[in-house]
Amino acid sequence: MSILINKDTRLIVQGITGRDGGFHTEKMKAYGTNVVGGTSPGKGGTTVHGLPVFNTVYEAVETTRANTSVIFVPARFAADSIMEAADAGIQQIICITEGIPTVDVVKAHRFVKERGATLIGPNCPGLVTPDESLVGILPGHIFKKGHVGVLSRSGTLTYEVVYHLTAAGMGQSTAVGMGGDPVVGLYFRDILERFEKDPDTHAIVMIGEIGGNAEELAAEYIRQHVTKSVVAFIAGQSAPPGKQMGHAGAIISSGSGTAAEKIAALEAAGVKVAKEPGEIPRLL
Amino acid sequence: MKIHEYQAKKFFSDFGIPVEKYKLCMSSSEAVNAWNEFQKEKVVVKAQVLTGGRGKAGGVKLAKSEAEVKAYAQSILGMDIKGYTVEKVIVSEAVNIESEYYVSFVIDRNTKSVLLMMSPDGGMDIEAVAKYTPDRIYKFSIDPLIGLPDYLARKYAFSMFSEIGQVNQFAAILQNLYRLFIEKDASLTEINPLVRTTEGNLIAIDAKMTFDDNALFRHPDVVALFEPTAEEKVETEAKEKGFSYVHLGGEIGCMVNGAGLAMATMDMIKLYGGSPANFLDIGGSSNPQKVINAMKLLLNDKQVKVVLINIFGGITRCDDVAKGLITAFEELNTTVPVVVRLTGTNEKEGREMLKGTLLLSAETMSEATQLAVKITQQPLKV
Repeated sequence: MSILINKDTRLIVQGITGRDGGFHTEKMKAYGTNVVGGTSPGKGGTTVHGLPVFNTVYEAVETTRANTSVIFVPARFAADSIMEAADAGIQQIICITEGIPTVDVVKAHRFVKERGATLIGPNCPGLVTPDESLVGILPGHIFKKGHVGVLSRSGTLTYEVVYHLTAAGMGQSTAVGMGGDPVVGLYFRDILERFEKDPDTHAIVMIGEIGGNAEELAAEYIRQHVTKSVVAFIAGQSAPPGKQMGHAGAIISSGSGTAAEKIAALEAAGVKVAKEPGEIPRLL
Repeated sequence: MKIHEYQAKKFFSDFGIPVEKYKLCMSSSEAVNAWNEFQKEKVVVKAQVLTGGRGKAGGVKLAKSEAEVKAYAQSILGMDIKGYTVEKVIVSEAVNIESEYYVSFVIDRNTKSVLLMMSPDGGMDIEAVAKYTPDRIYKFSIDPLIGLPDYLARKYAFSMFSEIGQVNQFAAILQNLYRLFIEKDASLTEINPLVRTTEGNLIAIDAKMTFDDNALFRHPDVVALFEPTAEEKVETEAKEKGFSYVHLGGEIGCMVNGAGLAMATMDMIKLYGGSPANFLDIGGSSNPQKVINAMKLLLNDKQVKVVLINIFGGITRCDDVAKGLITAFEELNTTVPVVVRLTGTNEKEGREMLKGTLLLSAETMSEATQLAVKITQQPLKV
């Protein structure tokens, strides 16, 4: 078992003819992900890496029975792509694109919910269930099949943590990069709930950062509902207030969203918080 | 992106939100002209700076004569408010305030929607109201698929007012403020305070707006209002090169791929007793030109004593990264010591290539950080 994606995942790539879309399609295929096609308006009928390209997600779903899509479409069109996927019946939509206007994401997210689908991202590296399916831009070779569930707001910091886990012999059930924007789809609480229910996940590593109060809400959720051991790491302890640290969502505004508040809330909920990423395997 | 009160008030007027009469003034003589033009008993002279706390700093004054207007404008212009020099003031008609309210629309991360916040306790620090009397703040999530139709605007207005004339005025303000938020891709539109005058009119006597940086591409009118500080200029230039950069003022320059890892690197420098000079995310790839540009940016900061490069080679292989670094440093010819930490695919090959160069190589983040901190404490000749 795992969460969100597995052997039954049938993936299409929206924006498959673009540079990033094409590059990562090849990587995902090489990893063993069941990529069944892609879309690019006006390029229907062609192929990319041996995969059929469709003009619309509707045609792609009809022909390939895809249930999951990953989006590499430029920021100004990406929210529309999210809505198209949801309307065409895709159940899991993973949006890699960075820089989408927030009000567009708000609207697209609402529409995805309306259609009964789920959204991961935007501005995320995607997710992986080792040896089964990798959706996004994560480097597949650092992951190892196992029983630690990983959830994170970051990309390379997740790789750093996973690298330590794998080196310590601790494989992962599923690792999810949730995205660095202020408004993203599935978040700490949603993913924690899925890991808690997943019999193959025995322990959880959550990686948060400054900005917002989702980690505090996650701490409260863990205290009430999570029986599995949780270890956390929070980035941005040395970040100054009022400055956006790379991710659009990583900003301490009006004195709230600090790393110290998040760490205190997590520790109060019994979560062990690592001082540096390398310490995580020891705390598990 | 932030804008001034007078600029936000222009947007307010354009979107049908009532504001008092005001004039932008760059000098005390212009302020006096405004006084003469208004022909009122009292006016307010307000500093226009891109930070809060103007009132507390003495940047907002009520003036009742030409002499007072002149004196206040003189004292406020040139004043320093939280590191910002006041270069402009507005002179605005003072209205007869009966009561003050708070209204804003803001992006709410938790409900993933635009949130309407209102309070009958306007004119105060809204964070303090939220903290000490949270029941005095009313919050409503706006469904983006229907927005704010009349019946909802009226419903929310009735929670603040009971007299129908004011309910209608307030409902219109809510709808216009929301429309402004959406059409201009704001991340905040705030009126604090919205006042009810003794004549029974609702007027926004302050206006605050911030904008979503991700959406600036479709709002050239907003971009035109950007007044970057010296620091923001450097950050904007870095952004044009594909970097996220924030100056922090310490001694260890950092170059990292990925925002989360970059923050974690800064944190670790602090943990081991050093001080990070900056946050710098160079993004996914690490081709030589990018490294050269990033190094130039770091070395412009004369406080930097050592540079720490922390690269997690995911899709990009470490030997390619090493090759890029070597090419970059052949061109750069710097005397500042550089610690490189490479982890990921082909890391051994990558580290092997760095041997014999001036670049100090480390295997783990903590090893690299400790080495960099040590160099700042006892400068090393390389």
